Amino acid sequence: MNIIVAIKQVPDLDYIRIRDRRPIMEDVPQVIGDIDKSALAAAVDLKESAGGNVIIVSAGDENLEDTIKEGLAAGADEAVLVKDARLAGMESSVIGTVLAATISKIENGGLIIFGEGSADNYSGQVVSRVAQILGYPQVGYVNWIEIEERVAQATRSLENEEETVEIPLPAVMSVVSEIKEPKIPSVSSILKARNKPKRVYTLDDLGIEIPENRYVRTVINLAPVSQRKGILIKSVDELVKVFESEGIIRR
Amino acid sequence: MAGILVYSENSKNAHELLTAATIIGSALGLEVRALSINNDTQAEDLAERCGEVYRIKEDSLKLSDTSAMASILDQVVRKLNISVVLLSSNRRGKELAGRVAQILDSGCLTDVYGIEVRDDGNIDCFRNGLGGLTVVSQVIDTEKKVIAIVPKIFEAMGNKITGVIRDVEVDVRSSGVNVVRTKTKVRDAVDIETSDIIVAVGQGLANKDDLPQVEKLAQLLEGEVACTKPVATDRQWLSEERIIGLSGKKCKPNLAILLGISGQVQFTVGIRDAKTIIAVNTDENANVKHISDYMLVADIKDIIPELIEKIS
Repeated sequence: MNIIVAIKQVPDLDYIRIRDRRPIMEDVPQVIGDIDKSALAAAVDLKESAGGNVIIVSAGDENLEDTIKEGLAAGADEAVLVKDARLAGMESSVIGTVLAATISKIENGGLIIFGEGSADNYSGQVVSRVAQILGYPQVGYVNWIEIEERVAQATRSLENEEETVEIPLPAVMSVVSEIKEPKIPSVSSILKARNKPKRVYTLDDLGIEIPENRYVRTVINLAPVSQRKGILIKSVDELVKVFESEGIIRR
Repeated sequence: MAGILVYSENSKNAHELLTAATIIGSALGLEVRALSINNDTQAEDLAERCGEVYRIKEDSLKLSDTSAMASILDQVVRKLNISVVLLSSNRRGKELAGRVAQILDSGCLTDVYGIEVRDDGNIDCFRNGLGGLTVVSQVIDTEKKVIAIVPKIFEAMGNKITGVIRDVEVDVRSSGVNVVRTKTKVRDAVDIETSDIIVAVGQGLANKDDLPQVEKLAQLLEGEVACTKPVATDRQWLSEERIIGLSGKKCKPNLAILLGISGQVQFTVGIRDAKTIIAVNTDENANVKHISDYMLVADIKDIIPELIEKIS
C-alpha cells in the first residue's frame, strides 16, 4: 500500500517584503511549508508498516519540480505533479479537484496525508475537499498514526481532548506538526533525489478546466498598519527606564 | 425564506455564531436557524437564543465521522433552504467546513475573524493572508457559502427568547470511522489572551534551566509567560495553551516582552496588536525589530537575571 503526501508549494514568507502595505512577491523563493515537511516525515515513518512507497502529489506553477526536489530528498520515493502556469495562486476548490484527480492516477494509494494547513493560506479546506471528491473517510489534526492491514488508527488532537479513531483505508488525514519533526536531508539524499521517478501532468492531461468564475474573491490583501517606535536600546538600565516611562513599574 | 444556519458541537461557540448570524441575517434578510446534533441540553440552550432550532437525534451519527457529519449538514442545508452556513473555526469545525463546501459545490472561508455585510449584499470576510503577513478581505461568490468563524470573536448571544425546537429527519451515512478512546488533554488553565502583560520566549532561550528566571520576571511584572510554537511543541517546555501565533493564541496585551524570538510572521501575527512591544535578541537584524517599539541587542541569558535584580 502506498502512502501519498500532498504538498503545497508556498512562497517563503521570510522573503516577502512589504512596500506601501503591499506584499512584494517578485523573486520570493518557493518552498515546502513546515507542516507539510512534518506530514512527509510522518509518511516516511509509516512506509515500512504500509509496505509500499511514499509518493508526493503536488500542483503548482513552473517552479514546482524544483520545490518538490526537497521532498524527494527528505525521503519520498516518487512524485506525481501537476504543473501548469494557470495554477499559480489558484483557489482551494480548484486545487482540491486537481489533487483528487492526480491521486486517482496513483495505484494502490491507501493513505493520503496532508498538513493541517498550508504555510501561506492556512485554511485547511483542501484536505476535506479531496476526501469528499474521492469519497474517502477522513480524520483531521492527527498527531499519531498506526497502519494495520486495511485499517488505520489515528489520534485527532482537538482543543480539549485527544480522540483516537479506527478508520478504514483508503482514507485521508491531516496532521499537526507535532506528529514528527522533519529531518534535514543529507547531501547524499539530495543527490539521489535527482534520479527519483517523477510523473508530470498538465491540467489538459487530467481533463480539468478551471471554472470561469472564482468561488472566492480576494478584495483586499494588505499588511496591517504598523506604527512601532523602533528604538534601539543599549543596556538593562535603559530597559528599566523604558519600563518606568511606559508605566510598567514605578520607582 | 432562505436561511442562515449555525452549527457547532461546542455550545459556547454556537452562541457566538448566533451573534454573527444575526448580523448577517438582518442585513441580508435571512432567517437564522440553529442546528444541534445528539445534544438535548444544547438544543434547549440554543432555543433560548434562536427562534428556530433543528434537532437531530441519531445514535449512529458520530461527531468523529466528518464524512457522515458533512452529509448531514448538506441534507439540512437543502431541507431548510439555507444559503449561508456558519461553523466554528475550531478544529472539528474547520475539518467539517471544507467537506460541506465541497458537497454544496460552494466557496468556503475558515479562520474568519471579522465580517462586514456590504450594501451590494456581499459578505466581506476578514482573515489572515500569507501566514499572517497581510490581512485579507475575501468574498464568497457561490450561491451557498460556508464560513468558519474563529471562537471568541463575537459575543455569545444572551438567553432572552423562547424559540421552537423541531426534530429533523436525516439519513446517516457512516464512513466507518469509530472512536477507540478519548483522552482529556491535561490543560494549563492559563489564559494568555486576557493577560495585560506577556513575557514570551522563543528558541533563543537555549537552556530549559533558564525558564524559571523567565517565569520569575513574568511574576514580578504581574504578567503571563507565553512562547513561540516550537518551544511548546518541539521542546515541550511550556504548554500548548501558551503558544502565540497563527496556530496559537492572538494576544493584545498592553506590554509584550519578546525574549529570544526571531519574529517569524507565524508568531508575530499573534502579538502585533500589543500596545507596546519590547524585544531582546542577539541578532540586531532579526525580523522582530520591525514589530518592536524597543529592542535590546543582547543575550537573554545575561539580561534576565540583571533585569530581575534591578526591578525587584
